[in-house]
Amino acid sequence: MAVPLEVTGLSTSLFTRRGVMKAVDGLSLSVGAGETVALVGESGCGKSLSALSIMRLLPDPPARLVGGEVRLNGRDIVPLSEKAMLDIRGREIGMIFQDPMSSLNPVAPIEAQVAEVLMTHTELGRGQARARTHELLEQVGMPDAGRRLDAYPHQLSGGMCQRVMIAMAIACNPSVLIADEPTTALDVTVQAQVLALLKRLQAEAGMAMIFITHDLGVVAETADRVVVMYAGRKVEEAPVDELFEAPRHPYTAGLIAATPVPGAPRATRLADIPGMVPPLNELPAGCAFAARCPRVMERCRRERPELTPTRAGLVACFAAEKDAS
Amino acid sequence: MSAPPLLSLADLHVRFDTAAGIVRAVSGVSFDLAAGETLGLVGESGCGKSTLGKAILRLVPIASGTIRLDGTDISSLARPQLAELRRKVQIIFQDPYGSLNPRSTVGHSVAQPLRIAGWERNAIAERVDTLLRWVGLPADARQRYPHEFSGGQRQRIGIARALALSPRLIVCDEPVSALDVSVRAQVINLLEDLKRQFGVSYLFISHDLSVVEHIADRVAVMYLGTLVELAGRDQIWRAPRHPYTKALLAAAPIADPRAARARQRTILPGELPSPLDPPAGCPFHSRCPIAEERCRLEKPELRPLGEGTLAACHLA
Repeated sequence: MAVPLEVTGLSTSLFTRRGVMKAVDGLSLSVGAGETVALVGESGCGKSLSALSIMRLLPDPPARLVGGEVRLNGRDIVPLSEKAMLDIRGREIGMIFQDPMSSLNPVAPIEAQVAEVLMTHTELGRGQARARTHELLEQVGMPDAGRRLDAYPHQLSGGMCQRVMIAMAIACNPSVLIADEPTTALDVTVQAQVLALLKRLQAEAGMAMIFITHDLGVVAETADRVVVMYAGRKVEEAPVDELFEAPRHPYTAGLIAATPVPGAPRATRLADIPGMVPPLNELPAGCAFAARCPRVMERCRRERPELTPTRAGLVACFAAEKDAS
Repeated sequence: MSAPPLLSLADLHVRFDTAAGIVRAVSGVSFDLAAGETLGLVGESGCGKSTLGKAILRLVPIASGTIRLDGTDISSLARPQLAELRRKVQIIFQDPYGSLNPRSTVGHSVAQPLRIAGWERNAIAERVDTLLRWVGLPADARQRYPHEFSGGQRQRIGIARALALSPRLIVCDEPVSALDVSVRAQVINLLEDLKRQFGVSYLFISHDLSVVEHIADRVAVMYLGTLVELAGRDQIWRAPRHPYTKALLAAAPIADPRAARARQRTILPGELPSPLDPPAGCPFHSRCPIAEERCRLEKPELRPLGEGTLAACHLA
């Protein structure tokens, strides 16, 4: 059976008045059935644009896919027409976003919105779609699901709206689910509920999941494998335990050290990463992280490190290569 | 007699009249904050933590109760006297961009409190330079505008402005929630450095327990406008007493995959009840895994449970 999602050399550029910026630069990743791959990085690293590129939902202008392949269950979907994509989105690949309130139609009852997905992609009639929507809302743990079928988004809390979004995303049993910061806007107890829900649904259906987040705590709780992005490129990839125990890239190590772990002995200072991410139109010739890197070498400023294999993953760093040899 | 605490709240109530009814945003909160202390204030959206912070600066109307600063009741100060209060207590907000005037230069914004306090022009210029240096901004930041800065730098501008009049207390309202991880650590470290240097106290409001646990000496937990637990940072993590505190800790993601998998946790069901119609008795009883009949009828008071911990739970 084909891998549910296999992305190779995905590149997306922003075409602006100030020039062309490589927002996603040659990203490759694959996600197996039942596997969760976390895509981690800070604002502007290209993680959300990667997801939108895969979904072919880029805001054009300014963003345009300029290269690469996205194989969904073995078939490259990059050359497909928008009409063909409409059929694929929601059926083979689902997506949930950070802000459920703005992803739902404010003037339609939630039942109509979930049922629309079902009627678009399946043979279900209006009545059957309503019954199936009721089941789906129960499946995603909507309290009082029956009573809430005809509710409007504004009558629901953020957590409940996110459950509706999840119901829509899984309505047609997609093989791939992309979750872009799905719990960032939620309170911590509701976040825990939604994360547990996603895990349960994924296990039941064997979905491949890409989980985009900036929160390393959420990564540790959900991911099997982690892809770390910096300035549009993948800089490290590793199984989750490996990544936290022995981060190879200084950026990954910096992110982990900068995240307080509750219950850990009190450190007087958090390790911080000096400076900030360089703007995409001012990326240096060498490694994009060089200016902030505690392990920077002469070579890093001249030459851009390529991804090289580690014991269980990949890293793009000359210092890490030296460690390994 | 020992000196009074820097800040002392007694039975503070804040109410908002809304079209849908009265919201009791803060409902009978009492605590002390010592000079030089960092008190963390945690809770989920709508629990009243930000309103409480604003009440301390008298930015929202107080329904009843007292707020003492250095022993002086500030809850009923008239407008002219508020200037004096705001010299001693300052606030920084989550969104530094929204709290800086986009049409004013950074220098102008940072100088604002000094002008209001009647400083001389030359003294202001000198002070602004010093403040920008303290918070780690380049000297030329003075002539530039907020949009030219990143989120982390803007938060530094907000901190510089808050420090201008050497306040005793800074209310930090989710100051790092909008920042990226690497920059968040920079700002937390800056706040800690400034505290060591100037002895300023913080009321650090955040929904992020791991950040609060890192920075705070003691932690106060709020739920639906009431204080449910107050304890030292070590106690709160090792031996939380209130079931809501336990639930919050259980829900907080831990950035350590093995520890995350190993822990036993019960995920709290349901969501916050509407603050328009809070449950009778203990405000938490509708979601509490151990609630009894008594909890539905009788509101528990905060009571000492040893090791300096206070919790408002009949069963703790």
